[in-house]
Amino acid sequence: MEKFEKIHGVAAPMPLINIDTDMIIPKVHLKTIKRSGLGVVLFDEMRYHDDGRENEEFVLNKPAYRNAEILVAGDNFGCGSSREHAPWAIKDFGIKVVISTSFADIFFNNCFKNGILPIVVEQDHHDILMQDAHKGENARITVHLEAQEIVTSDGVVITFDIDPHRKHCLLNGLDDIGLTMEKAEHIDNFESQAAQARPWV
Amino acid sequence: MSPKTLYDKIWDAHVAHQADDGTCLLYIDRHLVHEVTSPQAFEGLRMAGRKVRAPEKTIAVPDHNVPTTPDRVNGIENPESRLQVEALDRNAREFGIHYYPVNDVRQGIVHIVGPEQGWTLPGMTVVCGDSHTATHGAFGALAHGIGTSEVEHVLATQTLIQKKSKNMKVEITGKLQPGVTAKDITLAVIGKTGTAGGTGYVIEYCGEAIRSLSMEGRMTVCNMAIEGGARAGLIAPDETTFEYVKGRPHAPKGAQWEAALNWWKTLYSDDDAHWDKVVTLRGEDIAPVVTWGTSPEDVLPITATVPNPEDFTGGKVEAARRSLEYMGLKPGQKLSDIEIDTVFIGSCTNGRIEDLRAAAEILKGKKIKDGLRAMVVPGSGLVRAQAEEEGIAEIFKEAGFEWRLAGCSMCLAMNPDQLSPGERCAATSNRNFEGRQGRGGRTHLLSPAMAAAAAITGKLTDVRELM
Repeated sequence: MEKFEKIHGVAAPMPLINIDTDMIIPKVHLKTIKRSGLGVVLFDEMRYHDDGRENEEFVLNKPAYRNAEILVAGDNFGCGSSREHAPWAIKDFGIKVVISTSFADIFFNNCFKNGILPIVVEQDHHDILMQDAHKGENARITVHLEAQEIVTSDGVVITFDIDPHRKHCLLNGLDDIGLTMEKAEHIDNFESQAAQARPWV
Repeated sequence: MSPKTLYDKIWDAHVAHQADDGTCLLYIDRHLVHEVTSPQAFEGLRMAGRKVRAPEKTIAVPDHNVPTTPDRVNGIENPESRLQVEALDRNAREFGIHYYPVNDVRQGIVHIVGPEQGWTLPGMTVVCGDSHTATHGAFGALAHGIGTSEVEHVLATQTLIQKKSKNMKVEITGKLQPGVTAKDITLAVIGKTGTAGGTGYVIEYCGEAIRSLSMEGRMTVCNMAIEGGARAGLIAPDETTFEYVKGRPHAPKGAQWEAALNWWKTLYSDDDAHWDKVVTLRGEDIAPVVTWGTSPEDVLPITATVPNPEDFTGGKVEAARRSLEYMGLKPGQKLSDIEIDTVFIGSCTNGRIEDLRAAAEILKGKKIKDGLRAMVVPGSGLVRAQAEEEGIAEIFKEAGFEWRLAGCSMCLAMNPDQLSPGERCAATSNRNFEGRQGRGGRTHLLSPAMAAAAAITGKLTDVRELM
């Protein structure tokens, strides 16, 4: 996985709450057996009209936000289905950071597996960032993972929490499976103990 | 020893390694796999030259894409769906995992097949690349959905990297009123807590109303724990659980059954265990409910009216406005006046034999409203066979329902069973999101009995009026 570098980019505002993974990527696009190429169908049903034309009103279709790298979204972002196609599509579009007041559990986990940083902030900080995002392409937000800081276009600094293990993996682009394989001995030991204790499993 | 919740006990029994920062490797007893979220994971293994660590604990079945019409025996017409199912066939063979192919009578929705075959047992850890894995919590198993990267991680290592969630107790006291079912309980809970109310928690459902439920009902309740935002839902195993499990093909037998039973009987929350959050509902207060919006938290009793978005606060005002526009509804409209075009009975929430019995009970000797489209999709080939044996299939067919083969079908509309734009559906499934059952389709979630009532009258209906 790529290392997560400092981001300095345009943030797109999506204030709607409960944006679910069916909205992020509808099921017609889940039939792929690859991970790549899903950016073009990110937010498909909101982004395109029934006849396939772009919906000009949709935030990521507006000239200011076509190259957004950050999403500032309403509460409970990513609820619903476990489909990892949602973060795959977000990443493929070019978005590397999603900021909200809360995330659904599975989506939150899935982001880290794909080098996307989901950041939870308090409501008052969220209000500031949402306002900043509404300013468009001249208002670039900086996300500094190492320092755990978001800096608005006006220079307001907002700090955020992140699990240290996840931070380490993102910064170094580490692959979970490789790390776990290093602990194979523990898994072997557990397995033989469990086979004694619960042989019916 | 300090008192523990059921979740604490299962968790503690499965930690293979704990790092200093609290990050754990949780050992996984059962890994269920379907065709949509697994191809990239198997491909990842192949690219890295890795094997499936515990193929004997890995069970695959195609369900999301499979057509439910009888002609599927001739193969899947849609090329992309066919490709995914063929990929699962190939991966199951190549990696040597248990497999129920499309035309096996045991095929069905993964969360119905697992318990039915006795793969799901109390005290286990169960995962699947599917958010409705929460279903298996009904057995007192710690079960939750994972993404495809985690599917690959479990295939390769039989563990998951996890941090422990908090404990939440949802107690449903007393008895349910006639016409009120497990589906009404689980929707009513989400209506109360909201779709993010369970985020960061594992829920244990308890109380007299939960204890009185069959295993089928308990699976319905736990299935929608994810819709309340929880990582998993749990119900402590008891005689009802043991009775259901005993004799299933992969359940323990003989001396192993006795040993298992001894452990299973210790799987309950201690009296003075610590709860981070407690929610209590009176069973008597729960009415048959329906959803009016595009989030599972948009729940009201069937006797209520469509709410006014202005009566909400914060971001919900705009969300409710958007929902009503999408759903084509006006504030103040009686829910029982809403006319429907389609009825869908099925899904991992309500595709089990008891669900079909409950719907058939209402439909017996009646016809569906003229012009209505109605389909029932049994959750597995075995549920379908049992319904045929019990004469339930005949009741559905005589009423005017299409009697389908097993699969996820119109719950998420990955196969040809889909709504058209504007088409309004009374559905026993679990999500009423925009476009969930087909682009522009409008979904009202409800119980199987309520779905049957709606099929008869052609509008959302209080099932108690037909009982």
